[in-house]
Amino acid sequence: MTDLTNLTVAQIRDGHRAGDFSAVEVAEAFSANVAAAKALNAFIVETPEHALAAAKQADADRSAGSLKPLSGVPIGMKDLFATNGVQTTAASHMLEGFVPRYESTVSQKLWDAGAGMLGKLNLDQFAMGSSNETSYFGNVISPWKRNDGGNAALAPGGSSGGSSSAIAARLCPAATGTDTGGSIRQPAAFVGISGIKPTYGRCSRWGIVAFASSLDQAGPMARDVRDCAIMLENMAGFDPKDATSLNMAVPNWEAALSSDLKGKKVGIPKEYRLEGIDPEIDAMWDAGIAMLKDAGAEVVEISLPHTKYALPTYYIIAPAEASSNLARYDGVRYGLRDLPEKAGLQDMYAATRADGFGPEVKRRIMIGTYVLSAGFYDAYYTQAQKVRTLIARDFEQAFGVCDVILAPTAPSAAFGLGEKTADPLSMYLNDVFAVPASLAGLPAMSVPAALNREGLPLGLQIIGKAFDEQGVLNAGLAIEQRAGFTARAEKWW
Amino acid sequence: MTEASYRIKGETGEWEVVIGLEVHAQVTSNAKLFSGAATAFGAEPNTQVSLVDAAMPGMLPVPNRECIRQAVRTGMAIDAHINTWSRFDRKNYFYADLPQGYQISQLYHPLVGEGSLTIEADEKAGLPEAKRIGIERIHVEQDAGKLMHDQHPTMSYVDLNRSGVALMEIVSRPDMRSPAEAGAYVRKLRSILRYVGSCDGNMEEGSMRADVNVSVRKPGDEFGTRTETKNVNSVRFVMAVIEGEAKRQVELIESGGTVVQETRLYDPDRNETRSMRSKEDAHDYRYFPDPDLLPLELDDAFLAECRDSLPELPDAKRARYLAAGISAYNADVLTAEVESALWFDTLLETGAKPAAAANWVSSELFGALNRLGKSFEDCPVTPAQAGELLGLVADGTISGTIAKQVFEKMLESGDAAGVIVERDGLKQTSDTGAIEAEIAKILTANADKVEQYRGGKEALFGFFVGQTMKAMQGKANPQVVNELLKKALG
Repeated sequence: MTDLTNLTVAQIRDGHRAGDFSAVEVAEAFSANVAAAKALNAFIVETPEHALAAAKQADADRSAGSLKPLSGVPIGMKDLFATNGVQTTAASHMLEGFVPRYESTVSQKLWDAGAGMLGKLNLDQFAMGSSNETSYFGNVISPWKRNDGGNAALAPGGSSGGSSSAIAARLCPAATGTDTGGSIRQPAAFVGISGIKPTYGRCSRWGIVAFASSLDQAGPMARDVRDCAIMLENMAGFDPKDATSLNMAVPNWEAALSSDLKGKKVGIPKEYRLEGIDPEIDAMWDAGIAMLKDAGAEVVEISLPHTKYALPTYYIIAPAEASSNLARYDGVRYGLRDLPEKAGLQDMYAATRADGFGPEVKRRIMIGTYVLSAGFYDAYYTQAQKVRTLIARDFEQAFGVCDVILAPTAPSAAFGLGEKTADPLSMYLNDVFAVPASLAGLPAMSVPAALNREGLPLGLQIIGKAFDEQGVLNAGLAIEQRAGFTARAEKWW
Repeated sequence: MTEASYRIKGETGEWEVVIGLEVHAQVTSNAKLFSGAATAFGAEPNTQVSLVDAAMPGMLPVPNRECIRQAVRTGMAIDAHINTWSRFDRKNYFYADLPQGYQISQLYHPLVGEGSLTIEADEKAGLPEAKRIGIERIHVEQDAGKLMHDQHPTMSYVDLNRSGVALMEIVSRPDMRSPAEAGAYVRKLRSILRYVGSCDGNMEEGSMRADVNVSVRKPGDEFGTRTETKNVNSVRFVMAVIEGEAKRQVELIESGGTVVQETRLYDPDRNETRSMRSKEDAHDYRYFPDPDLLPLELDDAFLAECRDSLPELPDAKRARYLAAGISAYNADVLTAEVESALWFDTLLETGAKPAAAANWVSSELFGALNRLGKSFEDCPVTPAQAGELLGLVADGTISGTIAKQVFEKMLESGDAAGVIVERDGLKQTSDTGAIEAEIAKILTANADKVEQYRGGKEALFGFFVGQTMKAMQGKANPQVVNELLKKALG
């Protein structure tokens, strides 16, 4: 019998429907992989019983002829989504032991669609990081190794590093991620999988621990484009509990998948050609351009003139919102409470927050507090909002002459754990290609395109018009079919 | 400056007081501003708290349409500019009664812009003429929870029932110049809110409270430095704060000190304010637009519904009463509270004559309600019953004097006026024979006074009227009595 954990979401769904295997078999196979992969530290909590219960239901539904879109598919849930009765930590000490009595809208939709939960996936603390090294529960390790014979542990990317590592290591066929400034796309690129951040507002933010509200957006990560489409269909949808939710019907993205790009124009932003960048990144990009041409698309050069301001803008707006969003973690109602002897309220706040937040979270709270302070607000926050508008306008103008934009996902392949932790700025630079689409609220995805000379995956990014996830997925599919990326990490864990 | 201007007499001359008020009015609505939780007053602690109000991780605010509607209607009631585009901002600070760590408010783009209300002249209260008080803005914001410090020796208890309840902050211009004006402003504002139905105006329960900004200056000078006394919860206290604070500032300045911009607290037991915090250690609230909420955009249909749903407001009602011949005093009394005004309007619908009905309500009915400790909400007589009573007076069936008796009996028995008049034989009589018989007796018994009257002491006429009415047990038609007496006394 084939190893069920090598199957994609579509293959599991179809095979289960056809009676090739039971959902219980699938759940057990993946749960066994999860249990055997402690070395990757991808999961904070394992929930094989949840996956099994959903699988039993799926098998019963099959007998009853009432299968659901994700019946029989077990998935991983980023530990930023509140899950009823299951610890939800945002990978922080602050929320260690916090068990919500509510279910996030996105996770509820997935369970309603028949999916089961293998566990809660590790991430950068409060989704702040690009390497998963800020987790209170220890860094996730990428299943990938360089081909240099060394044994350096590599970063799985971040913040959705548990999700990327688990999918690449076949611990789950798909997982949820969230993307505030590249947190789905960059980790997907680092481990050779696909991931899409939909248009801001497609997926409800209700029940997702907030990082930066105007940027946070949930999306799926999976092995291929089709699986991303299937997952996204079952995550997206209007939610009256989220005032920023898009009140639009969810398209049938999977059914409309097409890699025929005849008549489509692909924009290549000249500002994304960074000086001093790894030539392999540019080479991969050029190869991607050739693939899309091959799929029938016309390639046009475009200009996104405010690109160079995107990263600083992001690092003002995101921390500003975070500094306020994280104020609720005060030790009064839930989570960590550190009450020193004879402490007053202020002392309790200080002790709790000093102990409960990691250094990166504190850094961003400090930055955010600073840029919102009287006397600095206009120079930083107001200015950043203006630039954000200009960045969005860049895209609007570009989409006057093209349908999708092709760019690298990240400026490098996965780096080694610890390589960038001492220099936050170089860490932030990892998201230089990802952040502009986040600021503009546009759909963007990463698909694996090639291996570099070290044998590590590189990803290509497709950015689309607002609400045009279909265009993004289709271009992604065209690359996927031509790149023929089948490489996978050799099992060492 | 009129003679009646309010002035503080200091050692260096007269001082003028400048007052601005920020009134926080709890919006009447079944649910909180951004969550579905209920808002009933006096519920068990922490029983009206949703996940949003407790700021659980991942919870999001969604604006409550009804709260926005009520604030817009309030804005329309003070003739204010309604901003069809407004936005919510976060005001960030840490406190145990503030679960989110920020209050959602509107700093930069409030829902309601410039408006005004008019306080009426009231000589007795020290208001020689009517005055228009500017209102700068109304914005909508969340209330905080409540801390209880007296429940445990070392800990404070938190009740989040009020957390997230919708408040309107109604910010006046610094247009008031005396405690009386400020008192009249708060009363008028409260009246308007209650007419509109956007706030119950209950100051004891905290659903309306004022931050009182006071400064002093020599008349004609620039504004002085102001202090802000927080959370004052009655009209009387608002006036006391102004009086005390103005006096304190004058004494401070005259003794060589300077007023510092600060927040103060009022202690009603000692009738004094004390400093809470100065501007130097004021919070930096780091206001910024709430990224969880989209800007609020109001369409024409929504605005039209708000406008169409407004009732007749106190000023319009007062003007209508004046035009109907009701005295200014009665018009003020009747329109001050929405309940009495609505009761009175229903009475007018029965066909009661406005001036007479107004007199009766403001004297007889108000008096009875006071005596019985009741209000118009549990009024023991209905407007229809009162209408019947007034009708009997108007058509001459009973006299005004008898009407008082009938009303007392109505209150005691709950019977209709007509029934009482019939049963107790209280109908006014114009039976000239009976009246003439009584007059003859009275003139005989008071021959000396008859002599005096005829000798030119005409003031005695009233005496004869009184005696006759008394003899007729009040039931004689006064006009007939007058005519017959004049004839008899010739």
